[in-house]
Amino acid sequence: MLLERLIQIPVVVTTILLLVVGYLVVIERLLNRLPHHRQAKLRPWLWLTPALIFLSVFLLYPMLNTIYLSLLDAKSELFVGFENFTDIVSDATTRNALSNTLIWLVWFTSIVVLLGLLMTVLSEKVAYEHLIKMIMFLPMAISFVAAGVIWKFMFDYQPATRPQTGTLNAIWTSLIPNGEPQPWLINPLTNTPVLIFVAIWIFAGFCMVILSAGLKGIPSEIQESARIDGANEWQSFIYITLPLLSPTIAVVATTMLINALKAFDIVYVLTNGNYNTDVIATRMYKELFTAHDFGRASAIAVVLLLATLPIIAFNIRQYRQREANL
Amino acid sequence: MPRLMRRLPLHFLLIAICLVWIMPTTGLLVSSFRPASAVATSGWWTAFQSPMDFTLENYEQVLSRRNMDISFLNSLMITIPATVLPIMLAAYAAFAFAWMRFPGRDVLFTLVVGLLIVPLQMTLVPLLKLFNALGISGTFLAIWLAHTGFGLPFAIYLLRNFFAQLPREMFEAASLDGASAFTLFYRLTLPTSMPAIASLAIFQFMWVWNDLLAALIFLGGRRAVAPMTVTISNLVSSQGEGWQLLTSAAFISMLLPLAIYFSMQRYFVNGILTGSIKG
Repeated sequence: MLLERLIQIPVVVTTILLLVVGYLVVIERLLNRLPHHRQAKLRPWLWLTPALIFLSVFLLYPMLNTIYLSLLDAKSELFVGFENFTDIVSDATTRNALSNTLIWLVWFTSIVVLLGLLMTVLSEKVAYEHLIKMIMFLPMAISFVAAGVIWKFMFDYQPATRPQTGTLNAIWTSLIPNGEPQPWLINPLTNTPVLIFVAIWIFAGFCMVILSAGLKGIPSEIQESARIDGANEWQSFIYITLPLLSPTIAVVATTMLINALKAFDIVYVLTNGNYNTDVIATRMYKELFTAHDFGRASAIAVVLLLATLPIIAFNIRQYRQREANL
Repeated sequence: MPRLMRRLPLHFLLIAICLVWIMPTTGLLVSSFRPASAVATSGWWTAFQSPMDFTLENYEQVLSRRNMDISFLNSLMITIPATVLPIMLAAYAAFAFAWMRFPGRDVLFTLVVGLLIVPLQMTLVPLLKLFNALGISGTFLAIWLAHTGFGLPFAIYLLRNFFAQLPREMFEAASLDGASAFTLFYRLTLPTSMPAIASLAIFQFMWVWNDLLAALIFLGGRRAVAPMTVTISNLVSSQGEGWQLLTSAAFISMLLPLAIYFSMQRYFVNGILTGSIKG
């Protein structure tokens, strides 16, 4: 089977390249037989066709279909109106997932942006700034699944009679007199904060790199003149740097909001949503694969879409403004 | 000297945070080379006390007996086509958006921008039904198609913006020399856009390589087709797998992305940053 795969990979890639390049060769040949003005009219659409087909079949149609399916029952046979939505709100497990996602949105976003900002401002002052950025950004190269394994290992729990192999519990039991090892991922008081911390570990470097680019875009003369006018370091940060940096902060924060909404892998790997840690995405996965309830799964997806709509609108507006400025 | 003393807390804080940031990955790496008995009875930080005892056995085991070898190839089999296909199709579309005139161009492009961050979850149920109806659920074809659809809006958006910035004179001069649209695209646009394409390729590669959700849903858990993310999450949930196996499996999945990160840092960071708006 290994050898088979090794052969398949180059074969598949070559086939795809031939098909895609071949498409363009064929349509250009056909176009060249047409009179000039017909060519100019048809060409853009032929160049767009493959992408438009993919967008409609694998993105637009499924989206609209999901909205429709959310109004049908579990097997997508009977029309039930908004029953799936009222179920979501009244069902304790789904409500728990919704409230956890809200906790993620608030705590993950605010802490990761603040930490990124702190690291940006502080590392500006030292010579090894680049090294710090490289270390902080490294988790972006690690999949959520691998990050889940890494942190599950860090938070590992052994009964007090056994040696603690989890780093956190080893530190905990040696620092705190008579400290009992804690089941961090099981205890409902600590598990969601712990999951959020893992996400912060992944994304803090990302925030830092963007914020740092924003900070370097602010002309240093502005800060210098504030200092000459007698502002201390803190004042010049609060009254000069922060307001000038706020557009960048807004971009970083919206990106993090989307990440919080989408959180799935970390929860799936670390707790699988047990012990009250479910979020919207894991809840939907369970409705789809454990309960086989297409109606509810679709309804949860629609809730997720509604939550992202303001961000989509914000994106489109930003894009329009940028276009207008060009 | 006083300045250094004053700045000591600053250095201390920065170094402490950096240590917290690299410690977990270090622990994973160290544990993956320790024998099972050692991993189960002592912390990874004791590994460098004598007698030091390291082994490659964990890697041998996860590769041959826990299917990580085939999973690694499956990940490549999924990721390479799912990177090549959307980028090429997006490049055609982006070229049309940037350099051709047609009615409805702006409306269509705004639609692409709107699709950028639509949550993947919105497509899962209908696509699963569609793939079941076509009989391709659980095959590589299904996941290539799905990832191409998911990847296109961002790829079109990024490439169109890049293409549109290329100097108009370059195209006009080439057109006067009688160059066809095909030549303008393959000989002029693509070669000059390599930095953007490299960043985009790295982003799309990382996105698919690290994806768990789409793989779980469209491929299912079948060993023959499971990528590494699925195999590892199965290892995590199956009780009794030792940490020495989980850590080495996780490290195998990180090898390629880390190699790209360290060798092409600029494109990597660029790709991840510009791709962050994707849903």
